[in-house]
Amino acid sequence: MQRYIINRLLQGAVLLVIVTTIVFAVGRLTGNPVDLILPEEASEQERQDMIETLGLNGPIHEQFLVFVADAMRGDLGISIRYRLPATDVFFSRLPNTLLLMPAAIILAVLMAIPLGIVSALRRGGATDRISGTIAVLGIATPNFWLGILLIYIFSVKLGWLPSSRMGGWTHYVLPTVTLGTFLVAGFMRLIRSSMLEILDSEFVKLARIKGLGELQVIWKHCLRNSLIPVLTLWGVFMGGLVTGAIVTETVFAWPGIGRLTYEAVLFRDYPLLQAVIIMDAVLILFINLMVDILYAYVDPRIRYA
Amino acid sequence: MRRLPWLSILIIGAMVFAALFAPLLTPYSPIEQSLPEKLLPPFWEAKGTGKYILGTDIFGRDMLTRLLHGAQISLIVTSLSLLVGGGVGLAIGIVSGYIGGRVDSFLMRLVDAAFTFPAILFALLLAVTMGQGLGTLVIAISLLLWAGFARVIRGEVLALKERDFIALAKVHGCSELRIMVTHILPNVMNTFMVLLTLNVGIVIVAEASLSFLGAGIPPPTPSWGLMVAEGRGKITSAWWLSLIPGIAITLVVLAFNLFGDWLRDRFDPKLRQL
Repeated sequence: MQRYIINRLLQGAVLLVIVTTIVFAVGRLTGNPVDLILPEEASEQERQDMIETLGLNGPIHEQFLVFVADAMRGDLGISIRYRLPATDVFFSRLPNTLLLMPAAIILAVLMAIPLGIVSALRRGGATDRISGTIAVLGIATPNFWLGILLIYIFSVKLGWLPSSRMGGWTHYVLPTVTLGTFLVAGFMRLIRSSMLEILDSEFVKLARIKGLGELQVIWKHCLRNSLIPVLTLWGVFMGGLVTGAIVTETVFAWPGIGRLTYEAVLFRDYPLLQAVIIMDAVLILFINLMVDILYAYVDPRIRYA
Repeated sequence: MRRLPWLSILIIGAMVFAALFAPLLTPYSPIEQSLPEKLLPPFWEAKGTGKYILGTDIFGRDMLTRLLHGAQISLIVTSLSLLVGGGVGLAIGIVSGYIGGRVDSFLMRLVDAAFTFPAILFALLLAVTMGQGLGTLVIAISLLLWAGFARVIRGEVLALKERDFIALAKVHGCSELRIMVTHILPNVMNTFMVLLTLNVGIVIVAEASLSFLGAGIPPPTPSWGLMVAEGRGKITSAWWLSLIPGIAITLVVLAFNLFGDWLRDRFDPKLRQL
């Protein structure tokens, strides 16, 4: 188990190095960030000051070392718009996203498990066909548009739910559904197909021969196994969740790190965007590590491999 | 055998037709503003007119005209991105699978990293450092695509390279490059074509999302994602601004996904497990 975790940590470190290097390289090689940040009429002195604050002076390998050394100490530069350390801005917004993401995951789990199981048990039945349609639609609908559609139906037309910002539980409904839809679709498909496989397996046949009730077979023998593919593919879902949060938080003016990413792009706040990307990588790696540990707990084959 | 997905083909056909002939299909310009006629609703609404079937936007531009020209933008971005991103993925997949060893494990590490870390963040970074434009957008979306192509193609190549005709080519004295280009490449083209189709939907959504976030093609060029973004603030008074282009995106993506599924089942059923 220890070796497994250390292995995962090393893989995470590799990813972090790759992300940091790319962020650094993109900023330095694809043009001068100073030109994007400063207005055209800026004086030469202002330009020099900006080059100084962004750490763009000196040869490129020195810049890189300084960049990495600063990053290791948690210093990812000063946000131009907020005039605060970029990591501070990130951490002030992080809690709001950490409320929204689990809500979307819980919604997805609560919907996908029963629907996936019933679809597999009654293959070709009404539930199977309806949830199949939901999955196909859920994957095809871009979530920024889904959010706007939901606002139009439930806020503008029906007036049932608030359309933006944070607040009581009603504020969570639309963003959660918007962010959770692609997860629901993805989980449902995975659980359905792994259930179909498991229902056909030897150990389920044995459980049935032993005379166990249908409910017990599904609950004790199938469910846990059918969740394994969801955990295996978690990395892909996590990436989608971060992408989805950017769009969803933008649509609903939700003050989390997704909305912060959008603001950094909108205001061309280059140091902030750079910091958000690196911190997102750290966040993703941390959550993926948690899921990997959970994975090893659910599936002993991983632990001892 | 599954039936041909006629509805999908019809929608895709309509989109391609609109993209090719957009300027001939409508008398209006997608860019010129006409402020006195701004925010007219579609014809079936009380204040709508037959002159602008789907209404006009905040600058008085005809929605239908912008939608048709938007199809053009969408298809241009999609083809270029698939060509670049898919091509890079194809090359990496072949090299990784055929050469194997350290090269393979290095490239596959990169692929894993690309899957873990959302490419859209790099796309946004590129839009800020390089500025918005077609080139930036194509590079950004290619970043999103290459890893998926590389992983699948590599798998195919691993199986292919054990086959007798490859051994024969080696005995014959073919160089590694020649084997990859003339013996491996043609045999993965089927899979490549299926992958291209399966990825069209992803590209269209990515293009629309980036435009929506202000990192796509800059205005006033009509892009569907940009149209949704521009109409977002007016959702209470002018629903058609955002909802109509969104319907177009969803329908087209749906059509390409269903068509891609059909193509996969027809030509490359082993991709099914993916």
